[in-house]
Amino acid sequence: MPILSYLALPQTGGLKQLCNDLDGLEYCEIIPSLNEEVVVLVTDTPDLKAEKNLQKTLKELPSLQSLSMTFGHNAEQ
Amino acid sequence: MKLNRRSFIKSAAAGSAIATAGALFPGISFAHWQKQEGASGQITWQKAPCRFCGTGCGVLVGVSGDRAVAVKGDPNCSVNKGLCCVKGYHSVQALYGKDRLTKAKIRKGNKMVEVPIKEALDVIAAKMKETIKKHGKDSVSMYGSGQWTIPDGYVASKLFKGCIGTNNVEANARLCMASAVTGFLTSFGSDEPMGCYEDIEHADVFVTWGNNMAEMHPVLFSRMLASRKRKKDVTIIDFATRTTRTSQAADKSILFKPNTDLAVANAICYEIIRNKWVNWDFVKKHTTFHKGKTNIGYGTEDHFKFKDAPEDISFNEYKEFLEDYTPEKVERISGVSAKDIKYMASLYGDPKKKCTSFWCMGMNQHVRGTWINNLVYNIHLLTGKISTPGNSPFSLTGQPSACGTVREVGTLTHKLPYGVVMNEKARKKAAKIWNVPVSNIDPKPTYHTVEMFRALDRGDIRFMWIQVTNPMITMPNLNRYRNGALKDDRFIVVSDVYPTPTTDVADVILPATMWVEQEGMFGNSERRTQHFDRIVPGPGETMSDTWQIIEVARRLGFKKQFPWSKKDYIGKIWEEYRRFHDHPKHNMAPYTLLKERSGVQWPFVNGKETRWRFNAKYDPACKPGSKFDFYGKKDGKAWIWARPYESAAESPDNEYNFWLNTGRVIEHWHTGSMTRRVPILNAAMPESYVEINPEDAMDLGVVNGEKVKIISRRGSVTMKASINGRGVPPRGQVFVPFFDESYKINEVTLDAFCPISKQPDYKKCAVRLEKA
Repeated sequence: MPILSYLALPQTGGLKQLCNDLDGLEYCEIIPSLNEEVVVLVTDTPDLKAEKNLQKTLKELPSLQSLSMTFGHNAEQ
Repeated sequence: MKLNRRSFIKSAAAGSAIATAGALFPGISFAHWQKQEGASGQITWQKAPCRFCGTGCGVLVGVSGDRAVAVKGDPNCSVNKGLCCVKGYHSVQALYGKDRLTKAKIRKGNKMVEVPIKEALDVIAAKMKETIKKHGKDSVSMYGSGQWTIPDGYVASKLFKGCIGTNNVEANARLCMASAVTGFLTSFGSDEPMGCYEDIEHADVFVTWGNNMAEMHPVLFSRMLASRKRKKDVTIIDFATRTTRTSQAADKSILFKPNTDLAVANAICYEIIRNKWVNWDFVKKHTTFHKGKTNIGYGTEDHFKFKDAPEDISFNEYKEFLEDYTPEKVERISGVSAKDIKYMASLYGDPKKKCTSFWCMGMNQHVRGTWINNLVYNIHLLTGKISTPGNSPFSLTGQPSACGTVREVGTLTHKLPYGVVMNEKARKKAAKIWNVPVSNIDPKPTYHTVEMFRALDRGDIRFMWIQVTNPMITMPNLNRYRNGALKDDRFIVVSDVYPTPTTDVADVILPATMWVEQEGMFGNSERRTQHFDRIVPGPGETMSDTWQIIEVARRLGFKKQFPWSKKDYIGKIWEEYRRFHDHPKHNMAPYTLLKERSGVQWPFVNGKETRWRFNAKYDPACKPGSKFDFYGKKDGKAWIWARPYESAAESPDNEYNFWLNTGRVIEHWHTGSMTRRVPILNAAMPESYVEINPEDAMDLGVVNGEKVKIISRRGSVTMKASINGRGVPPRGQVFVPFFDESYKINEVTLDAFCPISKQPDYKKCAVRLEKA
């Protein structure tokens, strides 16, 4: 199932909170920037259901300002 | 296997995001990136220096089977401490382009025909013998690169200078670093920076002189920004001819008119003296004052010769010389306000602030490149801000081994690994180590790079072997030199990894191994030698550039001088080369230590690296009892030079009314022959462009993306306009990156050079624009 990567921007000043929130989600790995308010998010979900649920959770995350996809791969293809 | 593949895809996904972040946020740092990978345990990691720029970032190359599959920053390398830029993160993908050269080719009629590499090597040796017999030893030549490994350059020099007896050895570092070399030699008598990258954490003030570090040295720029964030009271001044990402991140951007950095540097010195900011204790003990010839020409004619004639002057004569450079007078020349000049002088002059100046091509590719290097050293010498942590005039290199291979091994026409060919003692030393008669080594230099290609065009040179570089993109005034290479009775050998416009003019193409497909060493900007092992096999019949030269040398009858076996030749060559530098001013680390560490700085004395040269506290080569010893000069004193402002070789006029400046972009390495084969990098920057000031674009009636024809007295190129893009030139100037072989901007540039360094000026010529 899909492996996707994103650039995640936090609400102003909320990098730490965003990192905590994303780090706590299943199927998510993060690489926070050391010097900018940006987090690299890599998601790796096992099936379509999990992917849809994750997308929904991300959309509702209050600490997240925006999410820009930078890479997409469907492992089944 | 599935887990491993998935892990690799995730690594690529993260790399893609990091690349995008790098493009959006210059200087962004992801130090924890390395924790992302390697969890599967199925990838093994080995150290290497990055293949691309002269920063010398340590990377760890991830190998699965016999393929390099991933890269991460080496946390043990003090250069980058685990960081990488976008090129570094994607460097291994450059090994696996679809059109990789894997077999030798020979021109038969109009076709290049694949042949076994042994046959190609036979043909090269036979052609060299025939050419030497027919036209003399100086009719054959070698043109290499700052991307040569140290062993590559060493065996090239040994073969051509020691065995064949011609000084026809040059490297493309002439095009990027020669002015830095002559700047160091004329000011200090000894090449390469006195400081190191640790200066970044110590400095309070940074001035980037014509140096877009955010794109060209992004990891060092990140260190600079991180230091500013950590220390709070750090000031970054971008002093440049156009607004770039560096300007955007700097505390202040100051723009000057092309070539007038000479005048501004003198004005800063004028202000330092006027305000009594001179460090007299330092100046009296450690400097002397000098002047040289003026109105020294531009080298645009064949057989141009120049020799400077230095004269001693007093401090008062120097002070009188600076009267022509009051801030108010220089404001009229440079366009830099007197207020900004005084501000820059006040930063350098403040005894409480540690100052580091960085520069690269802006100062070196300059028709007065040696002079502007001298003048920035003057600022640091007058204030005594040199050779101490944080106080550093620092010339950055563009290529991974411009220092290691070209400057230290001496792959330039006048140089030997130790000293110059003109010096009898240096020739004797070389002859002894090389096991050749001293009479073999010609005491006269032959051709610097531009003159070498002119000699090829004229027919004085008939055979040229080009390794690891792409001169049919990079030579200024390119049309002349490409036509010269294509003339009848010229024989061109090209060793490379991909087809390029240079392989297009070749009679023989040798497929070369690349980077970690061979063992070797690079030497970076801060005197750091970095070893890398052969980590993965090269494809097909690829062969290292070093071994190609050894094979030809043996065919020419020099088996005795090239006795090594394929198993251990790199270590043997290194230990032979190291004998040239067996003294405390330049001692190099032994091979075994280089293999262990992520780079070792020279002078390496009594088991210790030297961080700051010429300072007795750090440098054991200094005279006992001295505080500073500029031992490159006989009296141990650095030279402060009176060098005037002189105009560029070609300035805009009524017919050609724009300045053309050329350079690089973060995504691509030089001519793009490798990075354009990396899909992510190519997608991020697929095509070159011309940056135009928005008001000039409006006058031309051109909007972003529309085609513009750039015309000079030498040629023309038509390309898309970039208006308010990542770089914005002032009115009357345009900028074009040179990475894209579809747009050969060097058909437009001028082959004028600094008469002392012979380095061409790619930053200034006159063009006119037409809407295409």
